[in-house]
Amino acid sequence: MDVIFEWFRVLYDETSINLPFLYDAYDRNRMIDGFFTTIRLSLVCLFFSVLIGVVGTWLQGSTFKWARRIVNGYIQLFRNTPPLVQLYFFYFAIGTMLPTVENDWGGQSPILGSFAWAAISLSFFAGAFNVEIFRSGIEAVPKSTVEAAEALGFSRLQIYRDVTLPLAFRVVLPALNNNLVNLVKTTTLAYAIAVPEMLYEANQIWSDNVNVTEMMIFLLLAYFVLVGILVGGMNRWERAMRIPGFG
Amino acid sequence: MSNMTMNTFASALIISAMGLTAASADVLDSIKERGTLVVGVKADYKPYGFLDSSGNIIGIEPDLAQDVADKLGVEVEYVPVVSSNRMQFLEQGKIDLMIATMTDTEDRRKVVQIVDPNYYSSGTNILALKSLGLKEWEDLRGKPVCGIQGAFYNKPTSQNYGAEIVAFTGTAEAYSALKAGNCAAFVYDDSAIVAKTNDPEWSDYEMPLKTIDDAPWGLAVQLGEDEFAALMSDMITEWHKSGRILELETEWGVANTPFAEAMHAKFK
Repeated sequence: MDVIFEWFRVLYDETSINLPFLYDAYDRNRMIDGFFTTIRLSLVCLFFSVLIGVVGTWLQGSTFKWARRIVNGYIQLFRNTPPLVQLYFFYFAIGTMLPTVENDWGGQSPILGSFAWAAISLSFFAGAFNVEIFRSGIEAVPKSTVEAAEALGFSRLQIYRDVTLPLAFRVVLPALNNNLVNLVKTTTLAYAIAVPEMLYEANQIWSDNVNVTEMMIFLLLAYFVLVGILVGGMNRWERAMRIPGFG
Repeated sequence: MSNMTMNTFASALIISAMGLTAASADVLDSIKERGTLVVGVKADYKPYGFLDSSGNIIGIEPDLAQDVADKLGVEVEYVPVVSSNRMQFLEQGKIDLMIATMTDTEDRRKVVQIVDPNYYSSGTNILALKSLGLKEWEDLRGKPVCGIQGAFYNKPTSQNYGAEIVAFTGTAEAYSALKAGNCAAFVYDDSAIVAKTNDPEWSDYEMPLKTIDDAPWGLAVQLGEDEFAALMSDMITEWHKSGRILELETEWGVANTPFAEAMHAKFK
């Protein structure tokens, strides 16, 4: 392995193509850490944003007026503001207003760190879109199907869980795919609040080595592959869930 | 692609490349032609370059840039830059001259033309709560330490002293994260930290460590702008000789630094 890494050092000396995240152990470790932070942040946000979407859509159809109003207010707030502004808002405005805890070095720290705020903020951001995406799927389920379920004595929760949501899921998958792909790409914004993800680490490396071009090309390819894997997985899922004759 | 088109394509490339070098080789002419000198300066680095209450960029480096513009007989225009984009701005020709608190390093000299002699110097230190009682750089091991994205000392601070660098895009974010307790300390240029510790709002904070990596700052022009570089070199020598740097330090409330005093003595 070291032979390959050393080869990239020679490459730098010979051609001035500088890829320190391959030959320099310190830079390599931070790039690997960055990669896994991006994966972790993406998975957490994917999970919670879909959860918010499913629950939010259920509440949108609620018989309680206030539940519907709160969900709609949430959608308007998060859909109509830029995600970067939301990140700053959560980290610097809300974060400093929360109670603090004693930290390891004898001072006071906010309860939530930058990773937690990034996860919360991006989940809510993508979740707002997911609610609307799921609603479009629910509305595509024929009224007669719901009426048939009602006639069989299903409760509202049962109809949502067992009839409309599974059918709606198949309709919304293409739109959901789009939004989740966007979400993975939006995790790069977390670098603004110093979450050590890929863009952040790449930025550190190019500042130390002045190799902006190489790092930009690498980042582009890395995200292309990462999002490609997600899209491939979602497409497989879409095919597996297909019901012949529906949708 | 046929041979003919290949040739046309190649010569078109060569011609456009020649056009580019021709256009950039005489930046002095284009500055005079357009009547403005575009200078990249910091806007978040009190007192070297910062915003006044009405949003204008002021400070020691803008004043130096004004001197250059006066010398050329043109107007000056400030473009705010940050550590992670200042060299790119210069490379792309968005700015003619960069006076932006940049430490002079070998790697950077490959990308931009840093003008000799150096005009200023500073070292690395931290700003931390007095109550933490930090004494040594080693005390930072394992603790989150705020920094600025693009600063050259982030890597040594984490590599040599084991600090976990939490780097932000600008100083305002880093100061606010330090105040909120997200980091144990803020690693930055000692010259800026000294100014901060004099601020009553930061009276609970101190600069407790020994300054390390005292390194000269370089102002820079695009690579290959030899004529402009020679002119800037004369300017810097003149600043040191006349004591202009010392005068600006006093004017902006910085104690005279040993570097500025030594350079004044050297060129006097």
